[in-house]
Amino acid sequence: MDVEIVAPCCGSTCACTAQTVIVGTDLNTLTYDSGLCVNCEMCLAVCPHGVFEAGPRAVQLAHPECCMECGACERNCPTGAVQVDSGVGCAAAMIRAALTGSKEATCGPSDGACCG
Amino acid sequence: MSELGDVRRTTSELAWHDRWDHILARWGVNRSGHRVTPGLYALGHPTPDSHVFVTANYTLSFDALRSSLAGVDGYILVLDTKGINVWCAAGKGTFGTDELVGRVASTGLPEVVAHRKLILPQLGAPGVVAHEVRRRSGFAVEYGPVRAADLPQYLETGRATPEMRRVRFGLRDRAALIPVELVHILLPMALAAILLWLLATPLAALGAVTALLAGVVLFPLLLPWLPTQQFSSKGFILGGVMAAAFAVLVFVQGSDLALWRRVGWALAYLLAMPPMTAYLALNFTGSTTFTSRTGVRREMSTYIRPMALTFGLGIVFTLASTIVQWIGR
Repeated sequence: MDVEIVAPCCGSTCACTAQTVIVGTDLNTLTYDSGLCVNCEMCLAVCPHGVFEAGPRAVQLAHPECCMECGACERNCPTGAVQVDSGVGCAAAMIRAALTGSKEATCGPSDGACCG
Repeated sequence: MSELGDVRRTTSELAWHDRWDHILARWGVNRSGHRVTPGLYALGHPTPDSHVFVTANYTLSFDALRSSLAGVDGYILVLDTKGINVWCAAGKGTFGTDELVGRVASTGLPEVVAHRKLILPQLGAPGVVAHEVRRRSGFAVEYGPVRAADLPQYLETGRATPEMRRVRFGLRDRAALIPVELVHILLPMALAAILLWLLATPLAALGAVTALLAGVVLFPLLLPWLPTQQFSSKGFILGGVMAAAFAVLVFVQGSDLALWRRVGWALAYLLAMPPMTAYLALNFTGSTTFTSRTGVRREMSTYIRPMALTFGLGIVFTLASTIVQWIGR
């Protein structure tokens, strides 16, 4: 599991002493930019797998490997500090999408797809 | 009572027909028909200061919520999720910002309660943008615990512990998913068994049934104890163990058969059974709440071809062994 630091903060003329670092792993599409975090802790409240932890100034990315890409964190982050590619992670739906040539896997009777 | 919508009454008690409905739902009977009418419900004797709890219009969701609120006076706002549970509906967007904002308005909730707070189940979060709900409806979204059963403690302490915010997938949770998966494979399994029994051997029929049942019943139960990380590889191992037993049976039982014919049958089991179990195991990823889309994609790109290949070879050996058997008669 590699923690990839994508971009350091420029920090040239602003008074901000915190470094902006975008972190993620190659296990999933979750990325977190601590520089954008306003410490509202919504991601902490909504994550079902304890990926985030409270921190002194900003939230910390404690267990990115546990992320299941549900998207709750990104959706409830008011500043866009957390980003993830969420979508249907069901093998049957993906196979169906691949076979029917459609792009996105979906669920539900209205789409004529899998789960009711 | 609000003028814009009717407030229905509900209780925290579950009657026998509620429990029967749950059993039917668990077995996949009339899957999207287990619905509650969307709208606002009064639980107990709520006042304008009482809490508002939000849920999906799936009977299991609604019943889990209200049965956990015994003795509580409050309102339950039921969203129209087309009879789908909170988590799946959130993923699809039906347990979402627009539906929530719309339902608050159409039920006249601002006139019913004096406060401006909605308590949502945590697993609705993938579909709801809390700050947008606040902006559009004036109501603040508070995410309650994952499990309704933790609500009494949550209401008492005013906060959720980290444990309340974790989704677990214990033995009981996994076992609860077995009936619906089993119902899905019953027909194909019966057909395969009949076909193999009539055309090949009874043992072959049993082999097919074993591989399928291992994937649908054994796999969910044994999941955390099976070696390797990915479901497909775990499934291959489980199926492999079953297949090995059948291969051994072929050598022990069929001592009247020539060695090469026994080898043929053994290979048929060893090649055809594991991929069947592995495929069902791969599909089980869709029933869990901890496999990621990226992970499932990776698993599929790694294992779908080996599954197809080994299964194909297994069919070839089964056919060949069957033909040899017919010729010999």
